[in-house]
Amino acid sequence: MTQNMTGARMVVQALKDQGVEVVFGYPGGAVLPIYDEIFQQNDIRHILVRHEQGAIHMAEGYARSTGKVGVALVTSGPGATNAVTGLVDALMDSIPLVVLTGQVPTFMIGTDGFQEADTVGITRPCTKMNWLVKDTAKLSETIHLAFHVARSGRPGPVLIDIPKDVQFADADYVTKEKIKVSHYQPKLKGDIDQITRLVEMIETAERPILYTGGGVINSGPGASQLLRELAEATGFPVTSTLMGLGAYPASGKNWLGMLGMHGLYEANLAMHGCDLMINIGARFDDRITGRIKDFSPNSKKAHIDIDASSINKVVHVDVPILGDVGHVLEDLLRIWKSRGRKVNKAGLAGWWRQINDWRAVKCLTYKPSTTTIKPQYALERLEALTKGMDRYITTEVGQHQMWAAQFLGFEAPNRWMTSGGLGTMGYGLPASIGVQIAHPEALVINVAGEASWLMNMQEMGTAMQFRAPVKQFILNNERLGMVRQWQELLHGERYSQSWSESLPDFVKLAEAFGCKGIQCKDPKDLDDAIMEMIRYDGPVIFDCLVEKHENCFPMIPSGKPHNEMLLGDADTQGVIGAKGAVLV
Amino acid sequence: MSPLNIKKGSTSHSAYDLRDPYADVSEAHTLAVIVDNEAGVLARVIGLFSGRGYNIDSLTVAEVDHTGHLSRITIVTHGTPQVITQIKSLLARMVPVRAVHDLTEEGPSVQRELALFKVAGKGEHRIEALRLAEIFRAHVVDSTLESFVFEMTGPPEKIDSFAELMRPLGLREIARTGVAALSRGA
Repeated sequence: MTQNMTGARMVVQALKDQGVEVVFGYPGGAVLPIYDEIFQQNDIRHILVRHEQGAIHMAEGYARSTGKVGVALVTSGPGATNAVTGLVDALMDSIPLVVLTGQVPTFMIGTDGFQEADTVGITRPCTKMNWLVKDTAKLSETIHLAFHVARSGRPGPVLIDIPKDVQFADADYVTKEKIKVSHYQPKLKGDIDQITRLVEMIETAERPILYTGGGVINSGPGASQLLRELAEATGFPVTSTLMGLGAYPASGKNWLGMLGMHGLYEANLAMHGCDLMINIGARFDDRITGRIKDFSPNSKKAHIDIDASSINKVVHVDVPILGDVGHVLEDLLRIWKSRGRKVNKAGLAGWWRQINDWRAVKCLTYKPSTTTIKPQYALERLEALTKGMDRYITTEVGQHQMWAAQFLGFEAPNRWMTSGGLGTMGYGLPASIGVQIAHPEALVINVAGEASWLMNMQEMGTAMQFRAPVKQFILNNERLGMVRQWQELLHGERYSQSWSESLPDFVKLAEAFGCKGIQCKDPKDLDDAIMEMIRYDGPVIFDCLVEKHENCFPMIPSGKPHNEMLLGDADTQGVIGAKGAVLV
Repeated sequence: MSPLNIKKGSTSHSAYDLRDPYADVSEAHTLAVIVDNEAGVLARVIGLFSGRGYNIDSLTVAEVDHTGHLSRITIVTHGTPQVITQIKSLLARMVPVRAVHDLTEEGPSVQRELALFKVAGKGEHRIEALRLAEIFRAHVVDSTLESFVFEMTGPPEKIDSFAELMRPLGLREIARTGVAALSRGA
């Protein structure tokens, strides 16, 4: 039986049919009919944000921590343009989102109407796909298709622009079972010949490494399980990008830690020295490769990715495998087992001896202090005191983000939410709220820097309104720490605009929002203060005053290869040449 | 030059792809992209080229299947083998794109372009223009006492050479459609 209804009701009905429980949004003139429908139902919970960028990051946090599609609803014009940063963030990090925007009525499009913007034009390069729906009869089908596109293949954000008259008009609702099957069906199974070639290489490799990325997490928990099985069964070392942390457990014996610009010494040197690199759902990002010419010069490289355009984009690979990580790993393990589970035992033993020598360098060592809190110490204590709890971590962007990736251990996927590709300051606070909405009982901590945190601090209002007891763990060095670090290394210690002047009193700010503020500046008080934060039943702003001039090491200076890493006590003057200086 | 004396970049002499994917030799490729004919598709395809700094040498688009609402976009582009591969992968992953054919790689193809030339002149120039048009099998589609408009169909090189010849004879304007191409054979 077909149901006739308004476009606005269709939106709500389609969201319900897609299993949506939460929408993050902000009302405005062009979405009033949809908000009227939201008012008249109780199945979908609406989280009122304080800024549209916050809505998108919350939806990202929700999506990343649940594996579901995140949904946001904003109005036309400024509502849509405010969402743009979040859309690009989700596109870069492959986070599935459906974003609904209001639009001026169809007969006004193109007249520079009030709060009109060319939303599909602006967001075309910022989304995986977008649609302007000009006919109510096509609305429900478009929404169902949007969910399919957002979650299929390499996930990403999609946007549907809905003019106000389309929301008011009536048409027949099409259920998701009734829509015609989309031709957009990315290939999941990898080519068996290529997988077999990789198995042959696995059997003989002397110095192999598994280089894993966010694709493992996007493929679902099954893929993480298969990765663990592969690592345990072969005895191969595992490293991961920032986006892939948690797919292989930090406590696993094959774990080398994160790789890349601020990755661990043993992980980067193993990447440089390996003879077989197996890239599983990562994309040879410039933060990972350093100087391309000298990137892992003596290895054969295999790359498993669901996005063909990621393969051979920046690094030439010998064995390209196009497919879903979970499906490919399943076939890979099956073939490897059926051929007798062979590995080069002698080669591997020597490789691990070498890796253990690198590990012995203890690259995360820092100079401890009894008088000031070192940011690394703060994270070590946070890790020690929250380990084993039902814990989710989000971050802002900068030094604190890298330290969090280095010092916090993730045992499971979907527990670590960070802005990797775009590097969006202001991501962490709203993302933490999105995570908390999805996991009301869990401990959700946003590891932040004071400058990033201020970028979306208005969302503390959202946290208060919806009783999301998020913990804002701010490593406050009164500096844009990463900018300051680069100015020290690159620009003759001329610290142009990289300090935080006129900071608010974070404890008073917390009180103004109605939540709890804690300040800590003495290492001796830190454990008690962290426990007070964890135990408090509600949002907390934790102002952790840390060493102001700490640099984040290890570091591969830009334009350098993996084997030219800087360690903590290295001489950092003049390490970046003119060629490196133009890179970011 | 390889020992087999096969030119780098050539694909038509071998069953194997002998191209070095990281060669920095720029190659021209003609791509046929079959897309759903819906709003914004062309902008999406063009945006890919402008956004990532790829080149469009020629672009032709029209609906070719009215019942299935499918359009065929013919793009002539150039770039290193790696860039060409990247362009094809990026096009293929777009939701409204049904198929991407690299006519340069898939074998021999027919490439045609239609062009209109306005040539103005008197006396000898006028007669010479008409004579050359005949040799090039261009048709006169408009004529005044002081001008002709010629219509010509052919591969882009033929149109280029005709334009060169017309230039000293009073060439005023050219309009070109861009390349439409199909693979040869069934």
